[in-house]
Parts: sequence; structure tokens; C-alpha cells
Amino acid sequence: MPTENALLKEYSEREYEHGFVTDIEADAIAPGLSEDIVRLISSKKDEPEWLLEWRLKAYRHWLTLEEPQWQNVHYPPIDYQAAVYYSAPKQKPLLNSLDEVDPALLETYEKLGIPLEEQKALAGVAVDAIFDSVSVATTYRETLEKEGVIFGPFSDAVHKYPELVKKYLGSVVPSSDNFFAALNSAVFSDGSFCYIPKGVRCPLELSTYFRINAQNTGQFERTLIIAEEGSYVSYLEGCTAPKRDENQLHAAVVELVAMKDAQIKYSTVQNWYPGDAEGKGGIYNFVTKRGVCRGENSKISWTQVETGSAITWKYPSVILQGDNSVGEFYSVAVTANRQQADTGSKMIHIGKNTKSTIISKGISAGRGQNNYRGLVKIQKGATNARNFSQCDSLLIGDRCGAHTFPYIEVRNASAKVEHEASTSKVGEDQIYYCRQRGLPTEDAVNMIVNGFCKEVYDVLPMEFALEARKLLSVSLEGSVG
Amino acid sequence: MIVTETNTYHDEHAKFCEGQSATAPIWLQELRERGLSQFHELGLPTTRDEEWRFTNIAPITTHPFAIADVGAFSESQIDQLVQQAELDEDFHQLVFVNGRFAKQWSRLHDLPANVIVESLAESIDHRPDTVEDRLLGNGDVELSAFVSLNTAFVDDGAYVSVPEGVSVDRPIHLIFLTVADTPSFCHPRNIVSLGKNSRATVIESYLGCEGARYFTNTVTKIEVGESAELSHHKLQHEQANALHVATTSVHQQTKSRFRSHYFSFGGDLTRNKLNCTLDGEGIECTLNGLYMPTGDQLMDCRTEIHHAKPNCNSFELYKGILDDRAKGVFNGKIHVYPDAQKTDAKQSNQTILLSDDAIIDTKPQLEIYADDVRCTHGATVGELDEQAIYYLRSRGIPADLARTMLIFAFANDVVQGVKLPAVRQHLESILLSERGLPNV
Repeated sequence: MPTENALLKEYSEREYEHGFVTDIEADAIAPGLSEDIVRLISSKKDEPEWLLEWRLKAYRHWLTLEEPQWQNVHYPPIDYQAAVYYSAPKQKPLLNSLDEVDPALLETYEKLGIPLEEQKALAGVAVDAIFDSVSVATTYRETLEKEGVIFGPFSDAVHKYPELVKKYLGSVVPSSDNFFAALNSAVFSDGSFCYIPKGVRCPLELSTYFRINAQNTGQFERTLIIAEEGSYVSYLEGCTAPKRDENQLHAAVVELVAMKDAQIKYSTVQNWYPGDAEGKGGIYNFVTKRGVCRGENSKISWTQVETGSAITWKYPSVILQGDNSVGEFYSVAVTANRQQADTGSKMIHIGKNTKSTIISKGISAGRGQNNYRGLVKIQKGATNARNFSQCDSLLIGDRCGAHTFPYIEVRNASAKVEHEASTSKVGEDQIYYCRQRGLPTEDAVNMIVNGFCKEVYDVLPMEFALEARKLLSVSLEGSVG
Repeated sequence: MIVTETNTYHDEHAKFCEGQSATAPIWLQELRERGLSQFHELGLPTTRDEEWRFTNIAPITTHPFAIADVGAFSESQIDQLVQQAELDEDFHQLVFVNGRFAKQWSRLHDLPANVIVESLAESIDHRPDTVEDRLLGNGDVELSAFVSLNTAFVDDGAYVSVPEGVSVDRPIHLIFLTVADTPSFCHPRNIVSLGKNSRATVIESYLGCEGARYFTNTVTKIEVGESAELSHHKLQHEQANALHVATTSVHQQTKSRFRSHYFSFGGDLTRNKLNCTLDGEGIECTLNGLYMPTGDQLMDCRTEIHHAKPNCNSFELYKGILDDRAKGVFNGKIHVYPDAQKTDAKQSNQTILLSDDAIIDTKPQLEIYADDVRCTHGATVGELDEQAIYYLRSRGIPADLARTMLIFAFANDVVQGVKLPAVRQHLESILLSERGLPNV
């Protein structure tokens, strides 16, 4: 059996196993950002005038903003003029079946272990696969259509349901919200649009696989999910990315709207390229995710398993506007090598009897830096609001860091807010206990870490729970506290 | 706005130096100049600074303050305030009025050999070399506009120095009074220094006379030597109209023990920053605090504990009781440096809101760069436990009394941490009288 140090080293320096580049001709525009580029993106997507205006407004606002500096992560300055803001796999005539999809593309999915055919066979999952910035294939659309569920690429929705898009786009994350949201609003390429009509329980788990492929292409996804009164939807998002050297900027925006009695469950598994052992390369993942519980008794739940990206910077939030609405956030974030994460959740309580729960599990290894930064805000009118937050950090190795910055702002006396945080390393006595019973050290650590994250895994949809467990086991190969 | 205000400080500084220049040694003049230029460089903070996000210091920036007059007060006023502040006749007592040492109200009992308890102004005259060393900067704390401002006006305060192996049994009570008819400020600077294996108890009290708005900007530097033990208390009873900004920086050496008890009752806007650096192994650091703003008071408490070396323990408990339209801010940071293994840090902040108009912003913070540590923090905000009230009521206690009993019990947790009976009784009586609990 390898010594503990050797195991630790092995884990801290683990290589990214999904690193490969598929050679597909991409339809990319010249690098740089200007009004002309925004116009070009809009015209390439054949967008209506109002959307172009919306993009331009966001772009002009972006120019007035400064890149935020407050987060506890460090990276060289980003040259926004050096990035390519639009890249689509080479356009082909519209596809009717998977047979017409570029075989190289299909091969990529195979490598990732998510062949579309198999996904199709696996009942209950509709996949809207996004390869770089344009959706190429959509399955199970018919099943969804029968229920009246709209699920597809954002660019399609702009043409087919302009009224819906116009009504909700930017209603949760305004284009002026923050630096990266403004950037996304100006240049967003594509994303998913999902609309669940009144009273419908979405018959399938909706899932989208994001994948960044073309070299030097920032990816600016825009996701919009609307759940009408009494509806329910579970949305899964998972991502992996090919290995490369230069940093890539990813600034996505996700907006969720839940009406009266509606429920949205949004799950993410993120495993983008984290950079090599020295911190070279890797994805910058600067994401704005926010949901609003607009109606009474509505519920939004964010679940995330974050193992990738060189830098993760995201705070999935819930605005609890309707009375009795519920917000949840469950997160497992792993930082190894030189990965940095500054992530957490915001819960804004506005309505009466609103409840929120935050469970955040951070695991730092190698030289990883893991930050939890969260906000719980109880507005004056939020009588009887409740919040429970728990942030636990696990440290593996003596060069990593775990930090907690919770903000609690309370404006109502009847509110009950509880926050707990703890930081510790994997207990030697726990490992000793397992080894005594014949488990190898590696399995013991695996077991302890999986136990540490159990609360979060339990709320993941089953397919994701399996994938997450696998992902963490791979990450933890050879790790010992 | 801020530019003009830093200018008023500039003008006041010129006046101040004019009055002092004849007597002040060159190094002190230079120190003040450096303080002033650093103050200008840093500028007064705004709510856009992360450190000041929740505390708007507009009352300080929009009011022109003049340096507090040293002689313009009636003795009876002072008598009365001293009486209010006095805790025990057996204590050593130094009284400062408007930032200057006032001998006639001060009293020193017999001190062990080589123990120094005197005013900073005296020390500057008597032992300039040691004082100069101890006034000079020690790190990040200096990088604050208010500390710089204090340095620019450094003049008087308390100087306590206990040599190696000596234990000062009687507590040392430092009383700071402000009496002013016009808006004025003062900048007391205190130095407490404990040598190896020594022991002392220090109490700082801040009071003011009803009248004009005034601004107290105090800085206390504490050095706790190897295996030394210091128990520090601060009782903040400023006038309702007062602005109070305090920075206490503590430097602890190997195996030393430091206990801090902070009680905040008075003032309009108060901010207390307590910064502890655990610079050796086997250190224990305990911080307790209680803030009870009512009316429109704003109380900002911030603590930083820097675990720079392995094997240290820190415990922190801060409680708040907020009523009316009061605002409370708590920011507690625990920083564990790389290699500070076997650190055990516990922090807890609990706040009770008694009114819907009260506001609390709390931010416990952990920054951990070592792995073999045990750090926890907890924060709770809530109202009084309905079940507990029900329990008491079902035993025949009226609702109002039940509430006050629970508030008293909540606050008493922190009060009971105080070991000095005189201070504890003083605090209990305040809790009882302010919360109308005569019969409990």
C-alpha cells in the first residue's frame, strides 16, 4: 500500500480525465468585443430588433462597470478583447435524427460516457445537448410537447415564443445586475429555455450537457426556466470540458421563475477543466444564478456538485417573494491542486413565513482554496422567516485553505436565523477505525468524504447522485487526510 | 464632503501642534505628522469599504469637531461622573477628562516595585525611549484612518507597564470622561504592557456629560508577554449623543492568557474593534461581549483573532439585544495562518431582536490556511423563545416579567464571565435598572 504522503500527492496532482479536444470545424468570429460584435452575434442568430437593443443596452452598461475585486480569488487580469465571443459548430442543414449529427461530435459524447442513444434508452431523461454554443440535437421533445412543456434552445424560443422570452428575460437577473451578468447579456450565445404550463408536472427530468470545445472561446450560456402555477420541474445540468492551456472565461446566467405553488429543482454537476497541477489553464467559471419564488407556496431548490474549474465564482440565490415560499441550497465544492472557489448562496426573504436552508460542504486538498460566501437577508415584511445554514469544510493536506464569509442581515424581529460553520480535517481516528476493520486507507477516506457529503447527495436526482459519487471517488483517488 | 472634513481635522491639527510644539520632543512631532499624512492618504471610510459596509459614519464626517477644551468644565460635573464610573475604592484609578489626565480625581494605592501606572504624557517626559517604541506601529492595525487620526493627535492616555514576574492584585481602572459645550473630539491613547509571567487586570470606562455631541477616538495597545495573564474589561457608557470609535490591538506571546470583556451600552454611533494576534504557542484568548442598543443607537463590534502560531485556543462569545430602531453590527474574524496547526477556535454570536424596526447585520468569518485545526462558528438571530415565555407564564409569571427575565438571563451569560465581583455587580445593576427588573 502506498504511504499516506504518496497517496496525498497523487490525489492533489490528479489529472483531468475528461481532457481531449474534438476536432470539429467551428464557425467562429474574430476575437474582441465591441458594439459591432454584439450586432454580429445578434445577426448571426437572426434575432429580432428588441433583443439586439437589449443586448446593446447591456453592453453599454457593461462598459461603465468595473470587474469585481472583492472575492477571495486570485487570477491574472482577463483581456476581454482577446476572447472570441461567438463560436458554433459549423452550420449544417437542420437535423431530423441523430444519424445526421456529426460523427465526431457523437464520439465526444461517447468519450464522456453520455452517448445520446443510451440516454434515449434510459427512460425519463430528455437531453438538449449543447456543443459549444449552439444546440445540435434535442430528444424527447415530443413527449414534452404532449404536456405542453416547452424545452429547447434559447435561440429557438426567441423565434417561437418571443412574448414569453421578452416577458421573463432579465426579470430575475437584470442585465445591469453585475459585471459578468452584463457581459453575458450583451454576448450570450445560446442556452436553454424551459416553460412548464400551469398545473403540469414535467414528466421527465430535463437535462442539458454543456460542453466547451473550441479553443479560446468564452461560453456565455443563458438559461431561463419558468414554472407556472402548480407546476413542477426538475432540471439537471452537467458539464465537462476538454483539456487546454489557456484560461477560458465562462460567464453564464441562469434565471428561474416559480409562480404560485410551483416547484423548481435545479441540479448541477460541474467538472470543467481545472488547470494542471501548477494552476496553468483551466476554466474561469463566473456565473450568476438566481431564482425568484414569485408566488405563494413556491419552492426553488439548488443542488450543486462542483469539482472542476480553475476558479469558481457563483452564488445561486433565491428571492423568496411569495408568502410561505421555500428556498434551498445544497452544495459540495471540491478544490484540489490550485483550484479556487468562492461560492455560496443568497437567500432574500421578502414574503411572510418564508423558509430557507443552506447546506454547504467544502473540501479542500492540495493547494486548493475554498470559500463559502453567503447572504441571508430578512426584509422587514418577512414575518416568521426561518433560515438554517450549515457550512462545513474538510481539509486534506496542510497547504490548502477553507474560508467562510456568511452575511446575515435581519430586519424583522420574528425571524429565526441560525448559522453554523465548522472546519476540520479528516479525522485520523476515523481512518484508523476503518483500517482496523480491513479497509484500505484510500477507501476509508472515500467513505468518510462521501459520508461528509451525504446530506447533499441525498437531494440530487438519482442519476446525478451516482455520477457525483463517481466523480468524487475519482477525485479522491489516493487522497488521505 | 469627506475632503472638507479631513481638512477640518487638518486645521485642528495645526492648532493642536501650535499649542504643543514648544514642549513636544521631535520624534513625537514627527510621529504626529506621519499619522496625519497617513490619515489623509487613507481618507475616511464610506459604506463602500467592505469593513464599513454596515456602518455609515456620516455623523462623524458631516460634523465639524474641534479639539476638546481641557479646562472648560465645572468640577461638580466631573465629581458626578466619576462617582458614576467608580467601581471600587480598592481599585487603582486614573481619570482622564477630555483626553487629558486629571490628577485630582485619580488615585493610586501602593504599587509593587517597578510597576508603572501613569499618564502617557508623564511617560513621554520620563521615559521617552520605551514610550516611543511602544507608540510605534505594529502592523495592519495602523492602516486605519481612525488609528492614524489618533496618532496625529497623540498626546495623553494611560500608560501601564508591569515588569517580569510581578502580579498587580488590585485592578487598574481607567476612566475617560468627556465634558463639552461645543462639538469636540479627543483621542486617548493607552498602552498596557505586561512582562513575562506577570499578571494584571485593567478596566476601561467611557462616560460623558450630557450636552454637546462629541467624538471619542481611542486606541489601546496591549502587549501580553510570555506566560503573562491579562484580564481586560471595557465598559462603554458614552452619552446618547456621542460618537465612539475604539481600536484595541492585542499582541500575545507564548503561553499567555488574555480575557476581554466588552460591554456596550451608550453612544449614538459606536464601533469597537478588537484585534488579537496570537504570536506564540500555547496561548489562550477569550473574548466576550454584550451590546444592547436601543432607540436609534448603532453599535458595531468587530473582532479579529489571528492564530499565527500552532497550539493556541480562542473562545469568543458576543451577544446582542436590540430594541426600538437600533442597529447592531457584528463582524468576527478568525484567521488561522499556514502552519498554525492544532488551532482550536470557537466563536459564537447570538442576537435577540425585540423590535421589528431593529436591524442586525452579522458576519462571522473564518479564514483557515492550516489543515489540522478545529474551528467552528455559529450565529443565531431570533426573538425570545415563545415556549420559554409560555413555560414561565404557565407558572404564574406575567408575560412582561417573563420577557424581561429571559432577556436578563440571555445577557447574564456574558456578565457571569466577568470574574471581578465589583464589575459584575455594576453590570447586573445596569441590566436590572435599564430593563426594569427591580424584583428579580
